[in-house]
Amino acid sequence: MSAELDQTLAQLEREAHSALEAAADERALDEVRVRFLGKKGALTAQLKSLGQLDAADRPAAGARINTVKERLQDALNERKAALSSAQLSAALAAERVDVTLPGRRQSGGGLHPVTQAMLRIEEIFAGAGYSVVTGPEVEDDYHNFEALNIPAHHPARAMHDTFYFADGSLLRTHTSPSQVHVMERQQPPIRVICPGRVYRRDSDLTHSPMFQQVEGLVIDRGISFADLKGTVIEFLQRFFEKDLDVRFRPSYFPFTEPSAEVDVQCVHCLGSGCRVCSQTGWLEVMGCGLVHPNVLEMSGIDSETYSGFAFGMGGDRLAMLLYAVDDLRLFYDNDLRFLRQFN
Amino acid sequence: MKFSEAWLREWVNPAIDRDALFAQLTMAGLEVEGAEPVAGAFAGVVVGEVLSVRRHPDAEKLSVCEVTDGAERFQVVCGAPNVRDGMRTAFARVGALLPGDLKIRKAKLRGVESHGMLCSAAELGLGDDHDGIMDLGDGAATGADLREALALDDVIAELNITPNRGDCLSLRGLAREVGVLNDLAVREPEDVAVAPAIDDAFPVVLTAPEGCPRYLGRVVRGIDITRPSPAWLVEKLRRCGLRSIDPVVDVTNYVMLELGQPMHAFDLARLRGRIDVRQARSGETLTLLDGQSVNLHESSLLITDDDGPVAMAGVMGGERSGVQDDTRDVFLECAFFAPLAVAGTARRYGLHTDASQRYERGVDHALQHRAMERATRLLLDIVGGAAGPVCESVAPEHLPPAVTVRLRERRLRALLGVEIDPADVDQALLRLHFRLVERVETGDDGVCWTIESPSHRFDIEREVDLVEEVCRIYGYNRVTPRRPVTGLALREVPRTETPEPTLKRRLAALGWQEAVTYSFVDPRLVDLLDPGADPLRLANPMSLEQAVMRTNLLPGLVGALRANLARQQERVRLFEVGLCFHPGAELTQTAWVGGVCCGSRLPVNWAQPGEPADFFDVKGVVEQLVEAGGPRRIEYQATVDPVLHPGQAATLLIDGETAGRLGRLHPEIEARMEITKPVYLFEIKAEMLLRQALRRHRGISRFPSVRRDLALVVGLDVPAGAVESVVRETLGDILVDFRLFDVYQGKGIDSNEKSLAVGLTLQDASATLTDDQIGRYTQRVVTALQEAVGARLR
Repeated sequence: MSAELDQTLAQLEREAHSALEAAADERALDEVRVRFLGKKGALTAQLKSLGQLDAADRPAAGARINTVKERLQDALNERKAALSSAQLSAALAAERVDVTLPGRRQSGGGLHPVTQAMLRIEEIFAGAGYSVVTGPEVEDDYHNFEALNIPAHHPARAMHDTFYFADGSLLRTHTSPSQVHVMERQQPPIRVICPGRVYRRDSDLTHSPMFQQVEGLVIDRGISFADLKGTVIEFLQRFFEKDLDVRFRPSYFPFTEPSAEVDVQCVHCLGSGCRVCSQTGWLEVMGCGLVHPNVLEMSGIDSETYSGFAFGMGGDRLAMLLYAVDDLRLFYDNDLRFLRQFN
Repeated sequence: MKFSEAWLREWVNPAIDRDALFAQLTMAGLEVEGAEPVAGAFAGVVVGEVLSVRRHPDAEKLSVCEVTDGAERFQVVCGAPNVRDGMRTAFARVGALLPGDLKIRKAKLRGVESHGMLCSAAELGLGDDHDGIMDLGDGAATGADLREALALDDVIAELNITPNRGDCLSLRGLAREVGVLNDLAVREPEDVAVAPAIDDAFPVVLTAPEGCPRYLGRVVRGIDITRPSPAWLVEKLRRCGLRSIDPVVDVTNYVMLELGQPMHAFDLARLRGRIDVRQARSGETLTLLDGQSVNLHESSLLITDDDGPVAMAGVMGGERSGVQDDTRDVFLECAFFAPLAVAGTARRYGLHTDASQRYERGVDHALQHRAMERATRLLLDIVGGAAGPVCESVAPEHLPPAVTVRLRERRLRALLGVEIDPADVDQALLRLHFRLVERVETGDDGVCWTIESPSHRFDIEREVDLVEEVCRIYGYNRVTPRRPVTGLALREVPRTETPEPTLKRRLAALGWQEAVTYSFVDPRLVDLLDPGADPLRLANPMSLEQAVMRTNLLPGLVGALRANLARQQERVRLFEVGLCFHPGAELTQTAWVGGVCCGSRLPVNWAQPGEPADFFDVKGVVEQLVEAGGPRRIEYQATVDPVLHPGQAATLLIDGETAGRLGRLHPEIEARMEITKPVYLFEIKAEMLLRQALRRHRGISRFPSVRRDLALVVGLDVPAGAVESVVRETLGDILVDFRLFDVYQGKGIDSNEKSLAVGLTLQDASATLTDDQIGRYTQRVVTALQEAVGARLR
């Protein structure tokens, strides 16, 4: 009897395995399950026929049938997992994208290169506690000239080709009036950076009638020419991120005394001479000096107690050097092909 | 100012080469901007002497000359009209090399052999005179190398002299400075007074002595103005950038270059009565030497005679009294005019001359006698004649007073931040010709110097001026740099403000490119892009295109957009932040943020087929900018705006205040500007975007939210914004999200109606909403919408 059962079970198991092998999808697999393990399945039928056996034989026979049933269930599960894994792989394969296709997006914008250079300057000074102040661009004669020690017939006015309006007001020729506004409303210590647009009646290869400047002003007790030099040199080295030589040439600005022009070692050739520095090895980058006591006094600051320094530089000029732009006029053409190069 | 290095070295000759000398000047504040050789590159040219001249047998205009170089004789064919027997001239022998790599070879000209070439000044790169060959005068040694004979290894240097250093606008002043820098004595030319040979004088009165405190006049009679200026004089002038005019003008110019004293010569025969130096009177006119006639302003200082103005003092002479071809007698003027008197005049008339440049910066007021004698001597030597006495009119009380300035050692150290030895200061002051009035040692201030500035310095007024002078001599570059030491103040960071750079970066991140356009624009563009505006007009614009201050950002931005379209840029998004100017009782200068956009919504690629941008693209950007300012009441209202499309124009209101506008540029304006694609734009007051509403935590509800969608039908002209407002007002805080997710017109909807699909998300902070509550809220909304905008459920 038991040999007969074993034979039957082995036969069923062989049939079940080949059916599993043949099942190509979950539905076929389910048919296999129903055929062998379902309520009316072949193995279930074997269990049902246990009643015909001797009571003594039943437990052993039942155990054998259950073992086969469990093995079959495991094989079924295994087959099911394999099938679903293959299916998933196929589905994922169908979802493959070409990762080299460009993304879906808005275009990239950017800041004007002169703005970037000016913000860089502001950021460098902000680190040392300078605050940024701006002022009006249409100024009165007093703030643009008089308060800066440039009276009406001063020859220095010839250095500032000024745009005027009918009422005598004017377009500021430098950002220095912002310094005057600061001194008028604030007592030292003062540490400010004044960026902005300035205007001069001048237009050629190297001049634009509108350009951008950044000025700095420091007023406190005991501020000296050595402090000015230290600040200017450190700034230029930070700005260009190079250990450049800097030299100070005596110059003249009515609102500073002593006054100096600042030359920095050419950032392109590092002093050996090139087209950018007209073969001199030096680039003139800013004017500076100790604030003239007349200027302090006109704005109500005691020139015996306080001293200060001021410096001014062209945002356009520094941007040209920073980005190797060789024509100033490009900055005001607003050609996208130019502007995008700095994004 | 241009000057000849060789001439400077006649005065003071430091043992340093040209480069070092120029570097030294530059580093002393007298910037040498450039230098050009006084002659072209040539070699093998000598002083030749023309022994004989005969006509060329076959050419009308050529001469056949016999020329010697002192050793040999040569036959040379010459085309110059001025060649003559006995003339000494520039002779390029066979083998000589002329500028432009021209090699002189033996040649045949119309059948006659020529062994070399006689040269004009222009052919040797010595100026532009090519009217004839050079006439070197009898002083030149035949056979001498021309470069040596004429000292041609010299340069014309260009100096940039700052306005405070008028004292360096002469060879004498420059030499003095070089002397100071090298601690060398300066060789001044011998000062010889010319004794009067005649008694003639011309009367002078100073009616305006404050403008002209000193006036020297001298009559010179019987000159021969047809005599040419000698070659050395012409050459010296040339090497300082001046052309030879006639011997009288050449002499006055020479003295100006040499000593820094401008002079003027009148034709004595053309002066009437007496000279009066006075202010102009109303209605007076003067025809200047250059032929232009000017209406004189009453503040102008004039030289006049009994017939009226004869010169604009210190600026330019008049035509009527000028020296001419037939002049026999001259009246020389050598004056000190006050800087302010001349500066005002020169600026007013736009007449910036060599004389005015010097006077307005300050001429040494102790120099006039010396200059007059120098000029007289030179003049008599060149054109002959007899000089009268020097007649001086002077108002000493109006001469610049000697300025006394004190310098404290403590102050010097404090301002420079260096320890300078008082002995170095002594040295510097001495070398600079400051007269030491007093030198005392005090406890607090250390050494105290009191000095009087010399008459040639007009820039010494206060202690700091001496600080600069001492530092200049000490050397700016010897001052050790240091970091300023100041109190560490922490920065104020107001939460209610966004820094402007943040706004710009936000726009850049949204895909916009920053432009910087001119603040002055074309008034015709303002008429187009801000009709009815009355822009602030520049009194002296550079061009019509830049004649008025912008009243909005559009002229610059739309202009830049158009230029970019013309450069084949299909997709443009430009923004600018800048001031706009509105005249009124008081001018307002307000910062605005503006943007223009044209082309596809997104950059075109495989996934983005390139639908054109429309109103809602620019609105989306505005929404993002505005919402970055925190929770505020934001409204967009349809508006009528002359520069915007009548159906696509909105006003932006923030908390009820008009903040800006957005929309499509009016198609007529697009057409007028020849832009063929729609342009969308926005303009918002920067301040409204930089203002920040303070944020405050409101809590997060623990209870679930529910969404109810409504399909509403409203009249075609009902703005969606009105629907949203009604919903928000009706529901209040219970509404946590309002979403308009569909707008439909067409089939199934009446042609004068539209369907709006809105999604309402409701949530209570303290309880789960029941179906009942939700139903009541929804019904309330429907009722309110029906009452307010006539909406019904679809």
